[in-house]
Amino acid sequence: MSEFIIELKKVSRYFGSVIAIKDIDMKVKLGEVHCLLGDNGAGKSTLIKTLAGVHAPSDGEYLFEGKPVVFESPVEALDSGIATVYQDLALVPLMSVTRNFFMGREITKGRGIFKRFDIETANQIAQKGMAEMGINVRDPSQAIGTMSGGERQCLAIARAIHFGAKVLILDEPTAALGVKQSANVLKVVAKAKARGLAVILITHNVHHAYPIADRFTLLNRGQSLGSFMKSEVSREDVLEMMAGGQELDELTAELEEFSRLDATA
Amino acid sequence: MTDQTQSVDLSKMAEDKSREEKSAGDERVRKVPTWKRLLHRPEFGAISGALLVFVFFFITAGDSGMFASDGIINWTTVSAQLGLIAISACLLMIAGEFDLSIGSMIGFAGMMMTIPAVYWGWPIWGAILFAFAGAMLIGFLNGYIVVKTGLPSFIVSLAFLFMLRGLTIALSILFTNRTIVGGIDKYADGDWLAAVFGGVIGKSLFTWFANIGLISSYDDGTPVVEGIPMVIVWCVFLAVVASWVLLRTKYGNWIFATGGDDKAARNVGVPVDKVKISLFMFTAFTATVYAACQVFEFGSASADRGVLKEFEAIIAVVIGGALLTGGYGSVIGACFGALIFGVVQMGIFFTGIDSDWFRVFLGAMLLIAVLFNNYIRKKVTEARH
Repeated sequence: MSEFIIELKKVSRYFGSVIAIKDIDMKVKLGEVHCLLGDNGAGKSTLIKTLAGVHAPSDGEYLFEGKPVVFESPVEALDSGIATVYQDLALVPLMSVTRNFFMGREITKGRGIFKRFDIETANQIAQKGMAEMGINVRDPSQAIGTMSGGERQCLAIARAIHFGAKVLILDEPTAALGVKQSANVLKVVAKAKARGLAVILITHNVHHAYPIADRFTLLNRGQSLGSFMKSEVSREDVLEMMAGGQELDELTAELEEFSRLDATA
Repeated sequence: MTDQTQSVDLSKMAEDKSREEKSAGDERVRKVPTWKRLLHRPEFGAISGALLVFVFFFITAGDSGMFASDGIINWTTVSAQLGLIAISACLLMIAGEFDLSIGSMIGFAGMMMTIPAVYWGWPIWGAILFAFAGAMLIGFLNGYIVVKTGLPSFIVSLAFLFMLRGLTIALSILFTNRTIVGGIDKYADGDWLAAVFGGVIGKSLFTWFANIGLISSYDDGTPVVEGIPMVIVWCVFLAVVASWVLLRTKYGNWIFATGGDDKAARNVGVPVDKVKISLFMFTAFTATVYAACQVFEFGSASADRGVLKEFEAIIAVVIGGALLTGGYGSVIGACFGALIFGVVQMGIFFTGIDSDWFRVFLGAMLLIAVLFNNYIRKKVTEARH
C-alpha cells in the first residue's frame, strides 16, 4: 500500500467552458490533518466534491490506497471510507442525539416482524462516540435542536468516525461558530487524527487551520499554489499566499487577538 | 515542536471550555423538574385535554347516561372511528405530508366492497380484499405523484379528494342507479372476513356482566351492550402497532427523519420516497378499515360517507401534538385527540347543549393546540449556548 491514502495527480474538473480546478496535485496521509485553504471561488468546493465522489475528475488521476479509482457516486466513496461532513451536517434538529447518530443506519435486534431499532445499545454507542470526541451527552434522547452548533458539528464527525470513515472531509466546520465552539471542533479534529484518520479540513480561516494542520494545500483561482508541510511555512507565509498580501493589515488585528488567546491558554 | 505544543495548548484550552460548559449544563439539567419534562412530550397536551374534558362532562352530564355502559360504548366507538384514520394521518404528518383524500377514500372504499358483493355476486371476503387492494393502489398513486413531482401533498391529495368523491357518486349511479347501496348484511352473515370488521367481541363476557348486574340489560335479558365493536378493537390494535413501529423500529426512525429534514435524511441514505409512498398507502388502508366497519355495522354503503373526515383526522393529530411541518408527533397523542373529539361530540349530545357549539369548541381546541405545539417546538429546538 502506498504511503498516502489519497493522491491526486494533475486533477482537473471543467463545467462546460469553466475551469473549476486545474492540475491539482494533492497527497493525503493517514494520521494527518490536511488543510485545504483558499478564498471564496478558489475551487475548494469543487475539489472536495471531486474527492467525495460527487464529481468525477475531467482530467488527471485519483488514487485511493495506491490504486486509481473512479467513484460513480458519493455512496461509493463512503463505502470506501471517505466520509464528508458538509456544512448542513445532514442532521435533523427535532430528532434525538441517538436517532440522528444512527439515522439511515439503525442497528436492530430481534427477528422477523419483531425486528426493532435497538435503542438501548444505540444510546450507549452514541454516548460513547460523543464522549470519545470529548462531548458529554447527558441524555442521548434529547433533541439535537437543543445542542450548540459546535456540538452538532462534533456529532456529525463522531457519526462519520463510528461508521468506519478512514478519510474525513470537513467542509468549513468552524465557519458559523464562535471562538469557544471552534476550539471544541478543532479538538475533535485532533482526536480523529490521533485515531489514525486522515482529515481534510477546508477553511479560509488560517488561525483555525494553522495550529492543527500537518500539511497545507493552497488554492487560488482553481489552481494549486502548492502543498507544504507545516515545518516549511509560517502562519504569515500561509496568510500572505492566501490573501496575496493585500489584506494583511486588516488581519493583523485578528492575529494579535489569536496570539493573545494562545498565550493565555 | 512548537507546533506540537500549540495544538496541545489548543486542546487543553478546549477541554477547559468544555468543562465549563458541562458544569453549566449540569446545573440546567438539575433545574428542570419532572412536570416540565412531561410538558415536552408531544402527547402531553392531548392527554391533559382529555382529562379536562372528562372532568367537565362528569360534572355536567354525569347523571345523563353518558357514563353508563351503553353511553361509554357510544363515545368510544365514535372516537375509535376517528382514531383509526388519525393514526395513519399522524404517521403521514410526522413524515411531512398530508392526505386530504382520506374522507373521500372512506366513501369510495365502501362502494368498492359493497357493489361487487351485492350486484356482481362476489363473495364478501373477495369484495373486501378487492376494496383494500384498490384503495391501497390509489394511495400508492397519490404518494407516487407527490414524491415524483415534488408538489405539495396538500394540492395532490386535494385533487384526489374531489376525484374520489366524484367517482364514488358517478360509479355507484352507473352500476346501481343509486347512491346508497344496502343489503350487504344478508350476504355478510357467516363470512369470516366480514366478522373481522362488523360485529362485536366478548359477547359472553358482557352477558355475564349483565347477569351479575354490572351492566344493565333489556327486559328480555340481553345486555344493553352486546360486546365491544370491532372498530374499537381495530383502533386499539393499530394504535399499539403504529406507535411501536414509530418509536421502536428502523422504519419509525426513517419517518421522523423524512419529516424532520428530507434532504438530510436522503444524504444519510434514508429511502425518503418509499417511506412517504408507504404511508400514503397506510392512510388508504385505514380509510378502508373505517369503511368496512361502517358498511358491516349499517349493512350499507353510501356515497357521502366520510365527508370532512380528513379534516377531523388532522385536527385530532394536531391536538395530539404533531407539528404540521413534520418531524414531530405521537400516535398515542393522536388517539387521545380522537378521544377528545368523540367525548365532546357525544357529551354535547348528552348534556343537551346545542350541537353547533361542538364546532366552536373544535375550532378553539385546534387553535389552542397549534399555539401550544408551536411553543413546544421552540423549546425543543432552542439552541443552547
